Amino acid sequence: MAFAHAHLLGLEGLEREDLTFLLDTAASFKEISERDIKKVPTLRGKTVVSVFYEASTRTRTSFEIAAKRMSADFVSLTASASSATKGETLLDTARNLAAMRPDAIILRHNASGAPHFLAARLDCPIINAGDGSHEHPTQALLDALTIREHKGRVEGLTVAIVGDILHSRVARSNLFSLRTLGATVRLVGPPTLVPPEFRAWAEVTHDLREGVRDADVVMMLRIQLERQGKNFFPSTDEYARYFGLNERALAAAKPDVIIMHPGPMNRGIEIASEVADGPYSVIMEQVTNGIAVRMAVLYLLASGGREPEPSTPAGSAPGAGETAPIRGARRSG
Amino acid sequence: MPDCRILGGLVIDPASGVHTARDVVVRSGRIAAVTEPQGVPPGLDDVDASGCWVVPGLIDMHVHLREPGYEYKETVETGTRAAVAGGFTAVACMANTNPVNDNAAVTALIRDRARRAGLARVYPIGALSKGLQGVALAEIGEMHEAGIVAVSDDGRPIVSGGLMRRALEYTSMFGIPVIVHEQDEEIAADGVMHDGAVAARLGLRGIPAAAEESMIARDIALLERTGGRLHIAHLSTAGAVALVRAAKARGLPVTAEVTPHHFTLTDQAVAGYDTDAKMNPPLRSARDVEAVRQGLADGTIDVIATDHAPHHADEKNVEFDAAANGIVGLETALPLALEMAREAGLSADVLIAALSTNPARVLRVTGGTLGVGAVADVTVLDPQRTWVVQPERMRSKSRNTPFAGRTMTGQAVVTMVGGHVVWRAATGSVTPRPLEDA
Repeated sequence: MAFAHAHLLGLEGLEREDLTFLLDTAASFKEISERDIKKVPTLRGKTVVSVFYEASTRTRTSFEIAAKRMSADFVSLTASASSATKGETLLDTARNLAAMRPDAIILRHNASGAPHFLAARLDCPIINAGDGSHEHPTQALLDALTIREHKGRVEGLTVAIVGDILHSRVARSNLFSLRTLGATVRLVGPPTLVPPEFRAWAEVTHDLREGVRDADVVMMLRIQLERQGKNFFPSTDEYARYFGLNERALAAAKPDVIIMHPGPMNRGIEIASEVADGPYSVIMEQVTNGIAVRMAVLYLLASGGREPEPSTPAGSAPGAGETAPIRGARRSG
Repeated sequence: MPDCRILGGLVIDPASGVHTARDVVVRSGRIAAVTEPQGVPPGLDDVDASGCWVVPGLIDMHVHLREPGYEYKETVETGTRAAVAGGFTAVACMANTNPVNDNAAVTALIRDRARRAGLARVYPIGALSKGLQGVALAEIGEMHEAGIVAVSDDGRPIVSGGLMRRALEYTSMFGIPVIVHEQDEEIAADGVMHDGAVAARLGLRGIPAAAEESMIARDIALLERTGGRLHIAHLSTAGAVALVRAAKARGLPVTAEVTPHHFTLTDQAVAGYDTDAKMNPPLRSARDVEAVRQGLADGTIDVIATDHAPHHADEKNVEFDAAANGIVGLETALPLALEMAREAGLSADVLIAALSTNPARVLRVTGGTLGVGAVADVTVLDPQRTWVVQPERMRSKSRNTPFAGRTMTGQAVVTMVGGHVVWRAATGSVTPRPLEDA
């Protein structure tokens, strides 16, 4: 099958087949990062631009490494260095970038819906690297990939997402994708950060032990420290007391539970170091899988509308090996 | 000016209790007679109203004409063009211009611009507080002498309950209403749409219904002993309807308005991050839409007003958080009201009262009736005529409407102000009144 979408704006609305195809494609790319020479020519001659209106080290770096392992040229702009400070609108900035004919634009923006806004106006694939409190699709894809590797499946699992659901794009993307893939999602946090509307889509509890009980996966969210000034919780100490994941709270989960965190972590607040560094933690695997997921997304969206390869057996990923065809050349030849 | 007759129409005039086929005779700018249909063929200066409703000129008591200061969005001239094309013979314009209409000089300027435009009547609304800052009362008496019909800081809620108390007390001396944009800004926080499932899904910050309702509750409580008249602008929630209903039952001098978009659309309209669905108060839930319709039907809500809020395309062609609030409404209000009335089973009399009789009563201005001797402000509307909203063809300077492409049923075919036909749909022509009559 093919990925029939021009952009990756969010995971809401994607079919189960779309998600599975993205995950399968990502899985097939993992091997490239295990090689001695971590580079394939798949996106040679392609240009990928990332525009970040919010600070991010991890996501931007992950996209950059993913693009470079595919041999794409990667140009990175950050808001402080861009025209945002000169009063240029988002649309004008993006139009100027699009006029330079990149093959994909990766956008991180503080406004929910910003990538949707651009996608409706530009003739260039847009990849959402996080929009406001809305979605962070590549994060949820790497989370699903990590879960699938450990559990062999996503369907039928119970996943607890703990923390600031209200403001979290990671939570929303995971909620949409995990539900589509057949998991049961539990949202855990104080009522100030888990609005009642979410009960339509997930189980909601304000009790951490209740939330992690018999969970297959516990996903901790970063708590934004500036939220305490807005009375979402009285102090980080009190937040940690009720919603910080430690070994004692974890005891209620399934024995083979895995612990995830999108990073960066506030150690000792939402997650105790003993848990973050403990045997159930798959946090570093998430980071590794982030590269494969972003390689897959770039491959499917930035390679210029070609039919992707039929799913390939492990070890012969698209673009793997010296003999793999260079797709652009094949098309033009 | 030529005398004329409006022949063969269905006259609906709630003020005089008429709802029957009548001819209307206009002489010297006033209603000279309302007679049994004579069945005579219309002469050159007459209006053929067969198949149409003949109603007292529609009055939109809540518009933003943007002049002075924001002429790139709208002017008094373009705004009143839109008004007459939409069937409105009069509008009341809010004070959030630049400079703010918080003094008699700005009030006089707006009235002068309106006189020169010669289209709809324009009633300026003065700022309640100096500079709309919500701190000190504006010089309400001087503005009243210059022609304001109400005071309001519209767009900005009156945060200070103390200021609100004094405003109600002080304005009682002039008999003008205090028009309030009810929203507790602390509860609304930095919300950009209705707080509900759609906001949760889109990751947009929500404005709870309680933000509106708590302020209405406060102001109704004040009204119990301040005197003055309270008018709630663009009421949008079921709880707000209940509060006003209860206050009216206690006999308090409170009135309320609802916009066409709040009785037509829900927060679902925001789903694609459509900035033309961004407004304040925000589009609410289906339950709220149902409640405001019920409020119109039972008289809790007196007035339909558009909150016509023109914005330049650049102010809407941005990410949702950054977009300006509001939509243009003058040219789509009438068909949306007719559509709602059909769906909600609202009588034509209640509808016309909300669009004409009641706003005239709230503002205590001329018009709102076709009684003999009244000024000849008349709207002749075809309730069946269908047309498609094409923003690029609107008379307003701005195009920000969520109704683009929507098929509308109902249109003003003739708009008459002071006996002069200023709008004729058949030719699409807008004709100003002569300056000496304006």
